[in-house]
Amino acid sequence: MNNLVVMPMLIPLCVAVILIFFRTYIKLQKIGVLLAMLLLIVTNIFLLVTVKEQGIQTLYFGGWEAPFGITFVADSFAMLLVLTASIVALCCFLYAFSTLTEDYAKNFAYPLMLFMIAGVNGSFLTGDLFNLFVCFEVMLLASYVLITLGGGKERLRESLKYVIINIFASWLFLVGLAMIYGTLGTLNMAHLAERVHQIHQGPVLTTVALIFLIVFALKAGLFLFYWLPGSYRVPETAIAALFGALLTKVGIYALFRTFTLIFTVQENITHTLIGILACATIILGSFGAIGYRDLRQIVGYNVVIGVGFVLLGLYANQTEALEGAIYYFMHDFIVKALLFLMIGTMIYITGRIRFDEIKGLIHHFPLFGWLFFLMMLSLAGIPPFSGFIGKMLLGVGLVDEGMYITLLLGFLSSIVVLYSLLRVFLKSIFGESMASHQMKKRIPFSMMLAMMLLMICTIGLGVGAEVAAPFVKDAAHVLTNPSVYIQAVLYPEGG
Amino acid sequence: MVCLIGIFVVVATYLLLSKNLIRIILGTALLSHAVHLLILTIGEVKKGDVPLLKETPGPYTDALPQALILTAIVISFAVTAFLLVLAYRVYATNKTDNVEKLRGDEYE
Repeated sequence: MNNLVVMPMLIPLCVAVILIFFRTYIKLQKIGVLLAMLLLIVTNIFLLVTVKEQGIQTLYFGGWEAPFGITFVADSFAMLLVLTASIVALCCFLYAFSTLTEDYAKNFAYPLMLFMIAGVNGSFLTGDLFNLFVCFEVMLLASYVLITLGGGKERLRESLKYVIINIFASWLFLVGLAMIYGTLGTLNMAHLAERVHQIHQGPVLTTVALIFLIVFALKAGLFLFYWLPGSYRVPETAIAALFGALLTKVGIYALFRTFTLIFTVQENITHTLIGILACATIILGSFGAIGYRDLRQIVGYNVVIGVGFVLLGLYANQTEALEGAIYYFMHDFIVKALLFLMIGTMIYITGRIRFDEIKGLIHHFPLFGWLFFLMMLSLAGIPPFSGFIGKMLLGVGLVDEGMYITLLLGFLSSIVVLYSLLRVFLKSIFGESMASHQMKKRIPFSMMLAMMLLMICTIGLGVGAEVAAPFVKDAAHVLTNPSVYIQAVLYPEGG
Repeated sequence: MVCLIGIFVVVATYLLLSKNLIRIILGTALLSHAVHLLILTIGEVKKGDVPLLKETPGPYTDALPQALILTAIVISFAVTAFLLVLAYRVYATNKTDNVEKLRGDEYE
């Protein structure tokens, strides 16, 4: 029982509630947000190290023992993701300080972003399926409001579609929850895992597993991603970066958690289906990434390709592949946020959204241009950046399982990602310069700071992968052995 | 009861596929009603006594689905309220509530 486990959800929640009362004091809001995020990052690092040394940390709310009460479970996988999410969120906030105008700040943009982060952290840490639904809804409701902030015809139109599709997905989640409660009589993840092993997943449970697959696929953008490019191109840049880096990742996390912990018995149906969907996602995402000229659409489809690639790790379901997927997952957080922020900066500087209308940014913004180049290398998975180790371990895992076609597809996706951004780089960053009166003169300091911080993180994760290795190995160990998780939650005293 | 839930889902799906925005929102509301009844049915709330330990004897109903339904009702209600206001704003800016016209094909 460790009280610290609820802090990643509690800190942003409390600070957001306090900041709502100070809606006109913008400086105070910014200071509050900064302090909250720094405190959050420190707590997460401390918690991650505690999990490594003392095993999985749990917290039973209200003192009610699992499986009767709600538990928060911090294992290495969840804590790594919570930590990466908070670092990325800090950088998005830094970017937001210069781009979100007073109007946004007065209309609760910062408290809403904090609420979203609270929901994300809660979803990562919870050990109870219904609590997962509630934390999803907290996060989604904050995102519904964030995506509409600013108004305008296109924004309101696209946000309507985003809200309706998410309402449908939440409805399906409730149906799945009702079914699983009716079949197994519990909603605690560890208890569910135990009972599924005891009764040997029959056809009813496989159907419920497929319902959950559809729900999380809708949320993550796995094959059912048609809402994604439309919805990620309308919000403000800092908010879009938070969306692209955090929201789909929660869906992917839910897929990993349910299919490695709970529904592990009928793997030939569920995991094969996940594999097929992941491959289809990569192919369709590749078409989208190459096919558009609008910068934000390119980025949206890159998110889709990333989702498909991470889920190949789940398809392989083997220690090395899962380790590679976790590394790639962390890398994807950082680099997707960086990608969104950079595209947003390009749009901010020039005011144009199609990359063939932007030319020669490097002449005026050399640092930004070379950062873009490094980000492109990182996204494509070139060493020494962080993408490389994830892809390599994932490749090793896929070869071990004999899934060669999937391996080829995964590596071809890297080439497509590289190509989609190389076009942008060559046309917009290199190339002869546009008339300079059409551009802003300089990039504000906090925007550059945010992007530099993310770049340092991705270089750090790549070069210092050895530092993260024990945590990643621990996380993959828990994912492949659900009994470790079950033991820690249901039988903490042993026995 | 299960037939009733089925009818709700059928009508809700029909409404969700319509062109008028308000009908779509009504469809989502009806869908949420259906799933609340589903949790009620699956939790077998009709059988057994009130779940108060010292007041009534005998087998108790399961209190957990009732809590789940309450939470789900509150969440759906909040989201529907937000969706209605959003629909009003969309109508005010785009001057239409026909979903076909709201497709927006000015991007390639």
